[in-house]
Amino acid sequence: MIPPAAFFVLAAVLFVLGVIAFFVKKDLLTQFMAVEIMLNAGNLAVLALSKASGKADGQALVLFVITVAAAEAVIGLAIIVLVFRQRKSIRTDDLKDLKG
Amino acid sequence: MAELFWLIPIIPGASALLLLIFGRRFSRAWVALQASAAVLISLLLSTAAFLRLAQSGHGAPALAKELLAWISSGSFSTAISFRLDELSAVMALVVTGVGFLIHVYSAGYMAGDKGHPRYFAFLNLFTFFMLVLVMASDIVLMFVGWEGVGLCSYLLIGFWFDRPAASKAGLKAFIVTRVGDAGFIIGILFLLTTVGSADIAAINAAPGAGLLSPALVTLIAVLLFVGATGKSAQIPLYVWLPDAMEGPTPVSALIHAATMVTAGVYMVCRLSGLYAASVTASSVVAWVGAVTAVFAATLALVQNDIKRVLAYSTISQIGYMFIGCGVGAYAAGMFHLVTHAFFKSLLFLAAGSVIHALGGEQDMRRMGGLRKKLPVTFPVFLIGALAISGVPFLSGFFSKDAILTSAFAGRHYALYVLGLAGAVLTAFYMFRLIYRTFYGQERSSLAPGQHVHEPPRTMTIPLVILAAFSALAGFIGLPVFFGERANVFGRFLEGVLGRGPHGLAPSTETVLVLAATLSALLGIGLAFVFYRKSPQIPSSLARRFPGLYRLLLGKYHVDEAYEAVIVRPLVRGAEWTYQHFDLKVVDGVLNGSASAAGLAGKGLNVLQSGLLRDYALAFLLGAILFLGFLLI
Amino acid sequence: MALTIFVILSALCVGAVAAMIISRNQAYSALFLVLAFACLGGIFGLLDAPFAAVVQVLVYAGAIMVLFLFAIMMFNLRRPEPPERKRVRIVLGTALAVILLGELLLAARRALGTAGAVPPGRDIAHLGRLLFTDNLYAFEITSLLILAALVGALALAGKKEGE
Repeated sequence: MIPPAAFFVLAAVLFVLGVIAFFVKKDLLTQFMAVEIMLNAGNLAVLALSKASGKADGQALVLFVITVAAAEAVIGLAIIVLVFRQRKSIRTDDLKDLKG
Repeated sequence: MAELFWLIPIIPGASALLLLIFGRRFSRAWVALQASAAVLISLLLSTAAFLRLAQSGHGAPALAKELLAWISSGSFSTAISFRLDELSAVMALVVTGVGFLIHVYSAGYMAGDKGHPRYFAFLNLFTFFMLVLVMASDIVLMFVGWEGVGLCSYLLIGFWFDRPAASKAGLKAFIVTRVGDAGFIIGILFLLTTVGSADIAAINAAPGAGLLSPALVTLIAVLLFVGATGKSAQIPLYVWLPDAMEGPTPVSALIHAATMVTAGVYMVCRLSGLYAASVTASSVVAWVGAVTAVFAATLALVQNDIKRVLAYSTISQIGYMFIGCGVGAYAAGMFHLVTHAFFKSLLFLAAGSVIHALGGEQDMRRMGGLRKKLPVTFPVFLIGALAISGVPFLSGFFSKDAILTSAFAGRHYALYVLGLAGAVLTAFYMFRLIYRTFYGQERSSLAPGQHVHEPPRTMTIPLVILAAFSALAGFIGLPVFFGERANVFGRFLEGVLGRGPHGLAPSTETVLVLAATLSALLGIGLAFVFYRKSPQIPSSLARRFPGLYRLLLGKYHVDEAYEAVIVRPLVRGAEWTYQHFDLKVVDGVLNGSASAAGLAGKGLNVLQSGLLRDYALAFLLGAILFLGFLLI
Repeated sequence: MALTIFVILSALCVGAVAAMIISRNQAYSALFLVLAFACLGGIFGLLDAPFAAVVQVLVYAGAIMVLFLFAIMMFNLRRPEPPERKRVRIVLGTALAVILLGELLLAARRALGTAGAVPPGRDIAHLGRLLFTDNLYAFEITSLLILAALVGALALAGKKEGE
């Protein structure tokens, strides 16, 4: 049997990799992908805990999370498209309107 | 009517307030009228109160009224309350009486001045403060009046503020009296902490009640007297009074002759309980007075400005008043205060009349032969001069004699001799002034077309009234020679001030009176010789004793000494402090904190790069910290 | 046996994510991510969550990542980004991320340290019952959410008539 802790460790590693990805990448799109990685890592963690506790509520939660992630990806990409149309660039370093 | 006595200070005060705010909108006639009427009302109220007290006779309770609670701090509390007893009544009459006459005189004298409403406002304000000083029932309120008259003195000396000499003189007066006031304040503090109350009656009873050790009584009395030397222009703080002559002449008459400068004498008499309990303090008072009397008289010998002669004369005469107080004859001191108020203000106002007639000339070297041209001014001036010289039967004779006799009776023979010497000098310099101004050939230089003329009626009538008082006021204080009951004045004040030294045999008294008369006549005679018969004597003397002459003319170089020893080091110290502390530390802290804030802002600005990744970093950091917090 | 599969799948997953980080081409990154999600789906299966596994592969790997690929193709980004001049942010971010990892592991140890017997998994019927009874509200609202997202995306990015 695989101890749930192992899954949790994997989830932690994946999450941190997602964080690193967020900082390494320079365009909005790939940074968004990094966010998706982090979401999935979270899902994995929830499932691991759900298995450890024996209740199935974690699975229901994960379903909802995936659904919401889908909706969020849709809107997020729509926004990125709009930004691209406006600025002709999706490099985050160029989007400095909040400066000062 | 006497119950309304507490209005005595209030009415001039209200008038002052009105004139300060609205004065410029009133007509000149109204301003003068309102100001004078306010003082007149106070005069009438003072008279009513005085009559009430006179009627009730000895041991009458004073008129007292508390107006409003003022300070209440810990165990110390005091209220604004007035108390009018015989002593205060006398002072109130002097202040309002002479004050009223001077207000009327000023209406004529200041008629063309552009600061007319301001002048009367300040004059009323001064009257208010002086009356507060005189009627205060506790020493703190008295000090408020004390400071207030000092303020008004500053305002009025520097009244013509566009004249640099005038504003400097005003500043000098204020600062020098401030030095004295420091002593006064320390004295008050000692009183508050030892007696525990500011009430004057309590303070006067304190030595007897054992609340104050003898050393403490002496200390406090001397400290308060330091304040008096400032306000009353005695040694060492007299230097401001001659300079104060820059102010308008009526101001010199009222403030620097009759009232404010006598506040010190009043204070000593008011707190006679303290001074009577300390022989040391009383000696200090008497000796300072005596030395000042002679010292100032010597300086009056060589002055050429008519007002300066009168200024030094005032300093000298106040010295006499302090001699009286110092030997325990407080009533005699007050008697001289009253007579001096009459004849000195008369002399100042008459001098003002002369100056006015000559178109502003104050130097006696350019006067002369005015006797026939000023038929009203000359006689009244002469009466004033005779009174101050102590010629018999005029007021000054009786009051000066009262002081000298008391000194002799108290066996202060040295003081007596000094007083007598001063009397000779007084008569001499006064008649020097008379001869120089009114006799001899005309040396004045008036523009063609201007001729010497008497001033208008508003100015001459007060002169006449004051002359009458100067001549006759002496009779209220006849010496014991004429019987025990003859000293009406002394008996009136006995309840408050007690009796001075007495008990001389009538023969001794007669001798003393004769000595006083002789000294006056000696002085007048010498003046006649020097300035009328052989006018070359003064200049030849000046040539033979040039050093002495220069010393006197230079006022013993006291001003220069003060300047070098005190003023300049202080100014340098202040400059140094300004450079090193004010600019560097204070401004440094202020500017420093401002620039620190700016730097902090600029530093923090780095965080707001606008870059998403930086904000994400912050996010991450926050998450880590939060998680750490949960884990710990 | 399960352990072997777990090790293979997790290694693959982590490797794919690492490749995604390293790759400069967005399309490659997206494809690597598809692989990672697929592996994750398998791992979900190992956790006795078959329904979640299937949904993961269908929705995440199949729909969302495809959407990403469409977006990448739309942007048509030619040049990969030039290398970073100042790597401060990356270094700092990585350092902080490692710290975060430490904290998470610590949390995991606390939560799951002494692992007792692992209870057996429940079946899908049970999951269905949960969805339609306890979590009914969430279920319905989520559907509304998807609808809203759909409409929103159209409103935001849809081209206007005649544009």
